[in-house]
Order: sequence, then C-alpha cells, then structure tokens
Amino acid sequence: MSTTFWIILAGAIATYLTRVGGHLVISRFENIHPRVEAGLNAVPAAVLTTLVAPAVLGAGPAEWAALVVTALVSLRGGLMSMFLAGAAVLIIARQFVG
Amino acid sequence: MVTEAISESRTGGDFWDGVRLSMPVVVASAPFAILFGAIAVDNGFSVLEAFLMSALIFGGASQMVGIELFGQHVAPWLIVLSIFAVNFRHVLYSAGIGRRIAHWPLLQQALGYFILTDPQFAVAEARAVSGKPVGFVWYLGLGLPVYVFWVIESGLGAVFGKLIPDTHALGIDFLLPIYFLGLVLGFRKRPLWLPVVAASAAASIIAYKTVGSPWHVSIGAIAGVLLAVILPPHHSGIVERP
Repeated sequence: MSTTFWIILAGAIATYLTRVGGHLVISRFENIHPRVEAGLNAVPAAVLTTLVAPAVLGAGPAEWAALVVTALVSLRGGLMSMFLAGAAVLIIARQFVG
Repeated sequence: MVTEAISESRTGGDFWDGVRLSMPVVVASAPFAILFGAIAVDNGFSVLEAFLMSALIFGGASQMVGIELFGQHVAPWLIVLSIFAVNFRHVLYSAGIGRRIAHWPLLQQALGYFILTDPQFAVAEARAVSGKPVGFVWYLGLGLPVYVFWVIESGLGAVFGKLIPDTHALGIDFLLPIYFLGLVLGFRKRPLWLPVVAASAAASIIAYKTVGSPWHVSIGAIAGVLLAVILPPHHSGIVERP
C-alpha cells in the first residue's frame, strides 16, 4: 500500500474519532470549562488562518486582488459567491500579470 | 410545508423529508467536491486516491488541507494531525447530537456519527430544537445524498482535473487559499474571531519565515487557540454557569 493510502486511512480514523468522540467523552462531563469551550470554538478559524497567511505573503498582485475581492464579497454573500468571485478575479488578473 | 400533516410518521415519508432538506447542501457542496478532485490530482493524488479520501473522510475543508500539505511534501503524520485539527470542531457537534440519537441501536449510531458533517449537525439540531424527533431514517435521508454526491463528484473532479492542461492560467494552484479565506471569514461572527485570526496569522507567518513549513500550521493554530483560552471567558461570549 502507498503512503498516500495510509495518510487517507489514518486521516479517516482521526476524523471519525472527532465525530464520535464528543459523544463518548464530552457528554460525560456535566459542564465544559468556559476556557476549554472558548479554545475549541477558536480551533477552525485558527487552523485555517495558518493556511492563508503565509500564502498571502508569498503571492503577487493577481493573488492579492483575488483575496481582496473574496473578503469584500464575504461581507454580503455566502461561501459559494465569495469563492467564485475570488476565483474569477484570479483567472482574469493572471492573464495580465501572469 | 405548512399544508403537510405533521402527525403523519410513515418511515418512507421521513426518509424523503430528509432528502428534501439535503438538496441545498448537495447543490452547494458540488463545486467543492469537483474542485477537491481536480486539486487532489494536481497535487499528486491518483483518481482512486481522491475518490477514497472523499469516501472515507467525508469532510471538505480537512480534505483540502490534506491535499494542500501533501502537495508541499509535508511529513505524513503531520498531514494526519492537520486533518484531525481541522475536523476537531466535530467533537462539539458529536456531544450535541449525541443527546438526540442516544436511543438508536448502536450500529445506527455508529453510522450516524460517520456522516456527521457541519450541515448535518445544523439541520438535525434545528429539527430537535423545534420539538420533532430525530429518527435514524430521517437522518439518513438528510445525510446519504450529500455523501453519495460528494464521493461521485470528487471522482469526476479528479478525472477532469487530469485533462486540464494549464493549471496556472486557471488559477488552480491558488484556489485553496481563496477557499480557506472564505471559510475563515465565514467564522467571523464567532466571539474572539479577530484576535484569534490575528494571532494565528502573525504566528504562522513568523514560524513560516523562521522554523519553516509545515510547522507554521501547528504553531499558528496553537497561538490562536491559546489566546482564546487565556483571554477571560466573558470576552468569548460564553456564560459561566454557577
């Protein structure tokens, strides 16, 4: 079996643990400590930010334009419209700045 | 919806009620499934591997993170850890929905947790809050179409991804940061969002420049989460119960 296969399998087990784990572990406690809950709430935004920030730094004008438009559209639209707007700007901008 | 008799509880009716509610999710996730397949292939996955990842993990954002790090040739255990970190929010859904489905037979519960995605939790929890029962058949009607379409469309995306000649001109290499930015902004209503994002961004950039990839992911994430833990609870909008 390839390394990729093992990554997928381990990732699947890890994911299933998160889906069943809350029920098996957290529901045994009467109260979750507010600080723990605040930390858990912060996890998705914190992880995803680390995948954006360095990419922004290493990018060029076409990519920056796309990210700015994505952010602007997010004020009004949902995930789909902001993604499509950002992607459209990126494709167009790259025709000019490469 | 208003004209339907709510008291009627035929099993088949329950299933199709769930399917109806799944349709917006199926439509909204389709482009991301196709995108996932295309980028997975671009980052070195085979079509079968892209298909398998969708079938076994079934978590959009975490799959995108996985292939992004895979493309950067990050150590396998760190890829798995990152998938775990992105999916960690499910722990909260699981604890929440566990109260609603604890009366199901064990095997049905085990399957129910496998398809517990963000929209699955949101819709099921909304049904429970409105006072309707969350039955297995209804829950399956809600989740199964999303799963089937997600897996098939990932495979299709992977097949078509192989046919795209110039991935740079189509911006495929930078679609993930755009997608991740969209997800980050989607969380902006959460308490402490801005300080957490600022801390994670700063820490990940510094780590990227000093320690180097892939450590910026773990270090940046830890910085944001620690900040949320350290700040006094009343800032995080969580009411301390006596």
